[in-house]
Amino acid sequence: MRRLRLPSLGALYYALLAIFMYLPIVMLVVFAFNDSPLMVFPLKGFTLKWFGELGKATEMLQAARNSLVLGLITSVVATVLGTMAAIATMRYQFRLKGAFLAVTSMPLVIPYVVLGVALLLLFSTLGVELSLFTVGVGHVIISMPYVTLIVGARLAGFPSSIEEAAQDLGANYWLTLRRVVVPISMPAILSAFLTSFTTSFDEFAVSFFLTGTETTLPVYVYSQLRFPSRLPIVVTLSAIVMVCSVALLLLAERLRRSGEPGVRKGGE
Amino acid sequence: MSGFAVELVHLSKTFAAGQTGSGDVAAVRGIDLGIRAGEFFTLLGPSGCGKTTTLRLIAGFETPTDGEVLIEGKPMAHVPPHRRPVNMVFQNYALFPHLTVAQNVGFGPSVRHMPREERERRVQEALALVRLPDIGRRKPSQLSGGQQQRVALARALINEPAVLLLDEPLGALDLKLRKQMQTELKHLQQAVGITFVYVTHDQEEALTMSDRIAVMNEGLVLQVGTPVEIYEQPTSRFVADFIGETNFVQGRVAGREGELVSLVIEGDRLQARLPGDALALEQTVTVALRPEKLNVEPIARANGTGLRGTVREVVYLGTDTRFIVRLATGEDVVARVQNIGAQGLGEFRVGDQVNLVCAPDDVRVLTS
Repeated sequence: MRRLRLPSLGALYYALLAIFMYLPIVMLVVFAFNDSPLMVFPLKGFTLKWFGELGKATEMLQAARNSLVLGLITSVVATVLGTMAAIATMRYQFRLKGAFLAVTSMPLVIPYVVLGVALLLLFSTLGVELSLFTVGVGHVIISMPYVTLIVGARLAGFPSSIEEAAQDLGANYWLTLRRVVVPISMPAILSAFLTSFTTSFDEFAVSFFLTGTETTLPVYVYSQLRFPSRLPIVVTLSAIVMVCSVALLLLAERLRRSGEPGVRKGGE
Repeated sequence: MSGFAVELVHLSKTFAAGQTGSGDVAAVRGIDLGIRAGEFFTLLGPSGCGKTTTLRLIAGFETPTDGEVLIEGKPMAHVPPHRRPVNMVFQNYALFPHLTVAQNVGFGPSVRHMPREERERRVQEALALVRLPDIGRRKPSQLSGGQQQRVALARALINEPAVLLLDEPLGALDLKLRKQMQTELKHLQQAVGITFVYVTHDQEEALTMSDRIAVMNEGLVLQVGTPVEIYEQPTSRFVADFIGETNFVQGRVAGREGELVSLVIEGDRLQARLPGDALALEQTVTVALRPEKLNVEPIARANGTGLRGTVREVVYLGTDTRFIVRLATGEDVVARVQNIGAQGLGEFRVGDQVNLVCAPDDVRVLTS
């Protein structure tokens, strides 16, 4: 009997951990449908009115739109730059390659607050006015290392002789890139793009320091916390964003896996 | 015009310390070689001898440190890989995983903007040539190793290169398939008439398929010749040892009568046929003896020539019998005697005194 207790202890631990991790998210979704402006139990009843209210909150929707556009643009830029860095590090030998790699992945270990303050300092020294553009610069810096790592892993997964074969068959450098390297890396590139997007969309610290008159969704949401009456709308929007983020990340992971070598792709 | 498809002129390649991690490595150290148009030429050597680097220098994937590569008489120094009239079959095949077999084979023609209809016809022909007519729509991952090998071959041959470079293309196949592909490759080469430059470490493969072989070791070409020349007349101990099985014994030049040179090996005497007078009297030499060229005779029949010794091991191998005979020097010599008819070979047993004889034409004298 004692033996059977160990796995059940493990199961209990796992259940507690899962509750600890996911209860807040469940609460978020539950309160988005609760018919009361107060975030307290007991629940009053089911309603969709907060979604209607959200439709009228133009400022918040504008902030959400800013975040969406900013996320798309910064992830395109970060994906292009990061992929180029990945190709450089995985396929070429050059002096100071170790230093290049370290510099490329540095933003991964710099706290975002520090990065935000540092960029704020830089922009004010250069006299650049804070705007969505400055926030975008910050987001590209944050996202690029993820792109380099994800795409780099894919490049490491197929031998460079495949590129040599393309050249051997008459393709020059650009054609080899277009017809062999990019198509083979495409799942990783897409996955990196989605990761960049969610990174930018979620990001608070750097955005907070670098934002101008127009702002992103996380910064706007933070500013609204002072007004208790607006809380239900914030909660509702957060629930929507949360569901979309999870969906995107799952898609990114699926893409990344589908591209891994050894995994047989669909065909006949 | 020179009749050479590929010429290597004092070709050298040194990899800098940064690329290898431990000092400069001279992979190829000044090779001069002429590969004739239409021949099946093999670069043979142990791993690390520089044969693959030589092939990659011809393909243009490596830049020579010194010397040059000429293809069809034209210097290749400033010609990038995609402009060279050569194609390569890679060791791991390097098929494009995201393309179908037909797209893989049609890659070269499509890069050269061949019209679609002609391209499709050529792809069909190329796949038929390697006897894989019906797999065009599959992905490489759905093929067996042998099939991938043939696709790689078709992908290269469709471009009708002046020279086809093959880097251990059969290395990953199992023995039976390898044997089959050896014959097939040879027939294919004769059918298309393209110059093949073939890299392998497998001496048997080299002997079976090649018109000529260059034996390489430590970045140098030690000997170039037909399979018969390489096997029968090795000029160095390395070549004699690497190709087939060879016994080496130390000897001394004792005299010369016409073309026959007398060699003394620890009191025993052998004769070698050696035209010219490259050898000085009393010179110390290495004598190379192929096991199958040695005959085992009863000691009673010894008439002054032959190596005397004691039988240590008798192994019956079906087609022939393998004897290990210990000489007075303590060295073991291997002899392989074919089992033809009733020659009374069964009479030799472990411990018997025997005399090993060898025809003067089959005794190789190596001075290096």
